[in-house]
Amino acid sequence: MKYEAVIGLEVHVQLDTKSKMFTRVPCGFGREPNSLTDCVVLGLPGALPVMNYEAIEKSIKVGLLLGCDIAETCKWDRKNYFYPDMPKNYQISQFDQPICLGGEVEIEMPGETPAVMGKHRNVQLTRIHLEEDVGKLTHYEKDSLVDYNRAGSPLLEIVSEPDLFSPEEVFAYLTSLRNSLVYAGISACDMEKGQLRCDANISVRPEGQQELGTKVELKNLNTISGVKNGVEYEIKRQIRALEKGEEIFQETRRWNPEQKYTTPMRSKEMAHDYRYFPDPDLMPVKINKDWVEKIKKELPEKPFDKQRRFFQEMSLPYSITSALCPDLALCNFFEKANKLANNPQKIANWVVNDLQRELSSKKTDDFQLPIDQSPVSPQNLAELVMLIEKGSISNNVGKELFPEMFSTGKPPSELVKEKGLEVKSDQGEIDSICTQAIEEDQDAAEKFRGGKEGAINALKGRVMKATRGQANPKLVDQTLRRLLS
Amino acid sequence: MSSIEIVDNTVSQLSLLLSEKKLSSFEITQAFIDQTNRVDDRVHAFLHLDEKNFLKQAEESDERRKNGKTKGKLDGIPIALKDVISVEGQPLTAASKILENYISPYDATVTRKLKDAGVIIGGRLNLDEFAMGSSTENSAFGPTHNPWNLDCVPGGSSGGSSAAVAAREVPISLGSDTGGSIRQPASLCGVVGMKPTYGMVSRFGLAAFASSLDQIGPFGKTVKDVSLLLEIISGHDPLDSTSFPREVPAYGSLIEDKLEPSVIGLPKEFFGEGMDQEVRDSVDKVIDFYREQGHKIIEVSLPTTELSIPVYYMIATAEASSNLARYDGIRYTSRSKYSENAIDVYAKSRGEGFGEEVKRRCILGAYGLSSGYYDAFYLRAQKTRTLIREDFNRVFDEVDTILTPTSPTPAFKFGEKSDDPISMYLSDIYTISTNLAGLPAISVPCGFTKNRLPIGMQLIGKAFHESELLSIAHAYDREHNFGCESPQLV
Amino acid sequence: MNESETNSMDIDYVSNLARIELTVDEKEKFRGQLGDVLKYFQKLQKVDVEGVEPTAHAFPRYNVWDEDSPKEPYNIDQVMMNAPQSRNNQIVVPKVVED
Repeated sequence: MKYEAVIGLEVHVQLDTKSKMFTRVPCGFGREPNSLTDCVVLGLPGALPVMNYEAIEKSIKVGLLLGCDIAETCKWDRKNYFYPDMPKNYQISQFDQPICLGGEVEIEMPGETPAVMGKHRNVQLTRIHLEEDVGKLTHYEKDSLVDYNRAGSPLLEIVSEPDLFSPEEVFAYLTSLRNSLVYAGISACDMEKGQLRCDANISVRPEGQQELGTKVELKNLNTISGVKNGVEYEIKRQIRALEKGEEIFQETRRWNPEQKYTTPMRSKEMAHDYRYFPDPDLMPVKINKDWVEKIKKELPEKPFDKQRRFFQEMSLPYSITSALCPDLALCNFFEKANKLANNPQKIANWVVNDLQRELSSKKTDDFQLPIDQSPVSPQNLAELVMLIEKGSISNNVGKELFPEMFSTGKPPSELVKEKGLEVKSDQGEIDSICTQAIEEDQDAAEKFRGGKEGAINALKGRVMKATRGQANPKLVDQTLRRLLS
Repeated sequence: MSSIEIVDNTVSQLSLLLSEKKLSSFEITQAFIDQTNRVDDRVHAFLHLDEKNFLKQAEESDERRKNGKTKGKLDGIPIALKDVISVEGQPLTAASKILENYISPYDATVTRKLKDAGVIIGGRLNLDEFAMGSSTENSAFGPTHNPWNLDCVPGGSSGGSSAAVAAREVPISLGSDTGGSIRQPASLCGVVGMKPTYGMVSRFGLAAFASSLDQIGPFGKTVKDVSLLLEIISGHDPLDSTSFPREVPAYGSLIEDKLEPSVIGLPKEFFGEGMDQEVRDSVDKVIDFYREQGHKIIEVSLPTTELSIPVYYMIATAEASSNLARYDGIRYTSRSKYSENAIDVYAKSRGEGFGEEVKRRCILGAYGLSSGYYDAFYLRAQKTRTLIREDFNRVFDEVDTILTPTSPTPAFKFGEKSDDPISMYLSDIYTISTNLAGLPAISVPCGFTKNRLPIGMQLIGKAFHESELLSIAHAYDREHNFGCESPQLV
Repeated sequence: MNESETNSMDIDYVSNLARIELTVDEKEKFRGQLGDVLKYFQKLQKVDVEGVEPTAHAFPRYNVWDEDSPKEPYNIDQVMMNAPQSRNNQIVVPKVVED
């Protein structure tokens, strides 16, 4: 029997706000333990929550970006359960009136080769709701330590329908979702920092069967490839179990990335009686049309839309756009430079190849230099491309120049002048150098005259060598042909 | 003036004595401390009193006055707070063993407002644990005794706040009122106590019992004193999302304005069976007084009255079960010595740290929210709460004020109701529905039983109409001044 | 829901849910008292609340929020001053059984 996997994802995204969801203590990562708290974060007696406007606005933005229906009103509920990482032993969340409903995420599956575009599909979302994050527990042999720095950070939960059918789709979904969220400035989505976290609900069923199989919730998926691997393993485990005639239990399992298998987690006692009720400390949110319209105007172009525009307006090849489009800053750099040089293909090539190479050569720790700190400005890159196009310098000179532009930050024209790299276009000088080249290689000259077109390249090489590459190639070509005719 | 004479003064009188430089804040504060030392071993209104700190603030106030930098009318007047209101560096126990060693690292908004007004804050006042109760018998640190009869309860939950004012240990105090916890003890102790409109006074820094019902409010010997104190503690607070953005009128002076004839409603459901005859007689005299003053008295009906107790106890316990979840033995509350794992820490610390009534209510509240029961209990209670609000709205189309007794009986004996939750819950029958509707209400002393136990009447006003409510209460109180009578403790 | 379902409670289940350990005596006492309370609460089951909106706030308002401008957090002494057990500026809890 053939089996089919059905997967739904719950993605938690930390919103990039300055302060926490319900108090104005700063958000932050990697700070001294318990240095980002106050009475609200710690849940001291008498502490009260106050909503963060920015978090609401960012959530609406995500909803609009993903094509959700934005709720006219949403409210806050308390989810009650005891856990040491949760200071109040209830989490402020949204139960029956989430901020966004529905929506979809466009995904792209891998193509036949990296140069070929893969299939696109929209994955349906169920809902998006806003809540507060919990603290962080570190387990030791005999006890555990709690750091509440993360507690109370605004956290968006994006819940998909069971509308993903393979680990590859899961990977594509997370990649696309992350790109969109980073584009819109919602979150840096750094999984290492816990800014994006993911749980997967996985079930398998015989192909062709309508109803879903028993679902297993998979946790501890800490990297995007971890998600893919964990989901892949869990699907195989379930299929193996079914093939052996075993029953799948509805349970929560944990992915162990080192050993690469999933293990059942001890089920939290009565974990599902959360006793949700409306939080009496908070008032509901009303979202009117004007507000939604205002936010709509601030929405960025989505990555796949941008890619389509690059195809249509600029005829860029897929391989270039797929390198460019996931990175908004790179795209912005490209478009800025292109606006000046009006040569999309050339500019894109420089950005994707040369600029990226230089940026990653500046790697410190794991971070390459962000493009907005690139010493080569969009203006300088545009100037370089235009110098080459005009024939003022050769492409080779350009290639040599670029690392120097990067290390000095100087515009190419200045470097060209400094180093005397302008193309030699003096006809008299070119005449004499060409004459000399023909004299030195009579053999090639004869062959060319005898009709062997390719033989002219040997002569050109001599001229270029003599001029250290600075002779105007067009002029050299014309001159040689004239002298040989 | 001797210290015994000083403590009999109202805040208005003390304020005058201060401004005329006839007394210093230090002398006043010392006099109340002396009185506390004389009587509190019998009354037990205080859980904690830092005399040195109290007197230091008084000295600072005197220094301000000397330099002409007095912060207002109540600068230099001592106050004590119910032990659920945070004061930075002071204990906050909520009369619970679980918070026995807790020191608050921050000021409640009312505390900050009092400090800004120069009021001298000293001492923590007893209460029913986490404000759950109507007798102050549920304090983990022993009950408070009614200054009028030490064998009787002072009422609750703010029994320490009412007893301290009645026993002249402080001239004014703050309490909190979730279902009558200011008004009922005020009535039983013969002082004035007021619950403002929900949202008038910030709850920031008040250890929550039931967030949608809790309000902080003032106690004093007179309506005038209570008005002066309310003026200081009221006002919008951005730190409390349920706080209402409204201007605070100058209650203290407004109440002296001439009172226009108004309509006073008597809800017939409140005047039925269960009311003590002496209470009835006293309230009848109040009705006569207002009638003679030219007010129109009419009978009104609040048919949902009998539903208010189940609605209240469902909503309050549900919110409490969640609000009190934070007291878990992890971050700042006492941790059980017997816990082996994290789940144990919770169940054992809470089992050991909470008193019986708190446990009972948390369990009842958790039940009402639990899977399968939410619709039948919590949601149904919330819907019925709407009907109760609508009842009041309808009545307030006809009347300006509602007049009722505050409590069906005067102070009762210790142990009388402590093992019968329902009869204890019923002692809040007249006060509960105003919390459900969010309305302002005040208890004013209106006489004594033949055994010299105080009786109180309750006036309920329209939402955010504190000025009118205080004015009509003041009209009675200024003529009768029952709150200025002193119990024989010395 | 019928009457017998709404006037008794599984005290073991609910006390566990509320994470409050009760002694045998307390359980016995509460079972009786809370049973009486629930019986008293039967009044609620008889109210006609068809089409009635629930009240969550006495005076509802909307959009009560604050701008996203950070303020000073607590210093570590304020955080730890009441902690029953701490180490390395963190709160110590007995080993948490599984995640």
